[in-house]
Amino acid sequence: MSAVQKESWGSRVGLILAMAGNAVGLGNFLRFPVQAIQNGGGAFIIPYLVCFLLMGIPLLWVEWSMGRFGGRKGNHSTPFILHEMDPKRALWKYIGVFGIFTNIAVAAYYCYLESWTLSYIWHSVAGSFNGQTAEQVAAFFGNYVDISTTTTGIPYEAVLFWLICLLLNTWILAQGLSGGVERVAKIGMPLLIAFGIVLAVMGVTLQAGQNGAVNDGTVGLNFLWTPDYSSIWTAKVWLAAAGQIFFTLSVGMGSIQCYASYVRRKDDIALNAMSAGWMNEFVEVVLGASIIIPISIGYLGIDRVVELTQSGGLGLGFKTLPYLFTQWGPTLGMIAGVCWFGLLFFAGITSSLAMGTPVMGFLENEFGWKRRPAAWFFGLIVLVLGLPTVLYFKEGVFDEYDYWAGTVGLVVFALFEIILFAWVFGMDKGWKEITTGSDIRVPLAYRFVIKYITPVFIAAVFLASLPGIWEKITAKGLPWQVHGARALLLTMFLTICWFVRVAYLKRVANLKSPKA
Amino acid sequence: MNTSALVLMLCSMGTVTALTVYFFYRVLTAPPKPEPDSYSGNDEEPTAH
Repeated sequence: MSAVQKESWGSRVGLILAMAGNAVGLGNFLRFPVQAIQNGGGAFIIPYLVCFLLMGIPLLWVEWSMGRFGGRKGNHSTPFILHEMDPKRALWKYIGVFGIFTNIAVAAYYCYLESWTLSYIWHSVAGSFNGQTAEQVAAFFGNYVDISTTTTGIPYEAVLFWLICLLLNTWILAQGLSGGVERVAKIGMPLLIAFGIVLAVMGVTLQAGQNGAVNDGTVGLNFLWTPDYSSIWTAKVWLAAAGQIFFTLSVGMGSIQCYASYVRRKDDIALNAMSAGWMNEFVEVVLGASIIIPISIGYLGIDRVVELTQSGGLGLGFKTLPYLFTQWGPTLGMIAGVCWFGLLFFAGITSSLAMGTPVMGFLENEFGWKRRPAAWFFGLIVLVLGLPTVLYFKEGVFDEYDYWAGTVGLVVFALFEIILFAWVFGMDKGWKEITTGSDIRVPLAYRFVIKYITPVFIAAVFLASLPGIWEKITAKGLPWQVHGARALLLTMFLTICWFVRVAYLKRVANLKSPKA
Repeated sequence: MNTSALVLMLCSMGTVTALTVYFFYRVLTAPPKPEPDSYSGNDEEPTAH
């Protein structure tokens, strides 16, 4: 373990943009509007914002303060951050394994998703969608993910773009926090917001009768925001809102703790967390709600869009929107395509970079690795684990990773960490951690919220996911690739546990003989 | 747009935008903490990364 902070953030704004970039992902643009449509339209914003205030903000403060607390003692990954908070119990460092496991597993499929956006930027510039029918553009995506079919004549195009994306991520990570991650966030986040504003304006000002549009852009906004207030009394809507808040903030992953572990004790975390958190909300509520639905309804009408959203926002984003952009003519269509897939790319890469840092921090702290080898090792693991998601996408390996690591793993880890922070570490010490060096006055009510309300919210999300977990486990007739993916994930989790055990024994040995 | 949708949209977007701008403004105008702080960019002699 190194007690000296070798890495640091270049600036406070850079840290906040990196944290906001970590939170802002493809879900801000593809998942949020679909969730709103399916859960009461405009009324969804009420439980959504309540969940943000009672679960999102507390979790952000908890994770930022856990990270800063652990970083003081030279820990930059969750196994030993959690261990420092309750050194007497061996359990916590193995719970902290989730903070490494989830990042690797999510990065393994997320990089593939990210590579689609990179490829679609290329196709938008090359005009691949021009002159195609709606069905052809939709089929284009199917052909793209079927790696045996080429959409451009480049063999194994999907694999090629995935490798480019993975290399890019690894190279940026190898440049370090301020030289790599922070620099990308400082470029990517403003560009993402700029692209989002351009598309939102284009979407909202869409006029019926122009370029084949059947509705004004405001028809989509009207549909999305018309409230069905009766829905807010149903548990399903509250669970959907809690789930959306949970996944949009990237809490329960271990990446926030890692980023915050490079902040010194006397420096603020409370205002930083609020700034990064609200920036994510701006991207989701203001930009995310103003692009995909107004444009889709503008061209396809309400009934067709409701039908398309039944299978989630991914299809709408990759199968439908590229065709709709071509209705604006070659030049404007290309600009819209670059803006759309460009903003999705920046949303993706700022998140995937955050997944690499905890893994690198663990290798650097516990095994004395240098930054560059640690980054390339992370790239190698993602390559090995990600390959099945690319090769067997259609067999469901991608979804399997997403479910176990990107959904269940986050909720389980968050539930444990809030219990550790509020009940084991204790609210007296916890509150001191949150407020030390704070540039804002943290409302005292949050002491109560963090101790009682937030754990109940997370427990409710977890309990609500249990039937789905059971259904997954007992499902029959799954292809061998899905079983293989589960075995791979389990093996990885156990391997990380073993590494944590080795690191712990190394620490104990070092304590006994400080010269070693 | 119908009135209830418009009001809800403007209130939600307005609140979220205002709070985003407010907290970011607070970050930009917060007085810097004495050195050594967490950020290498304002060090007198920048450290190697």
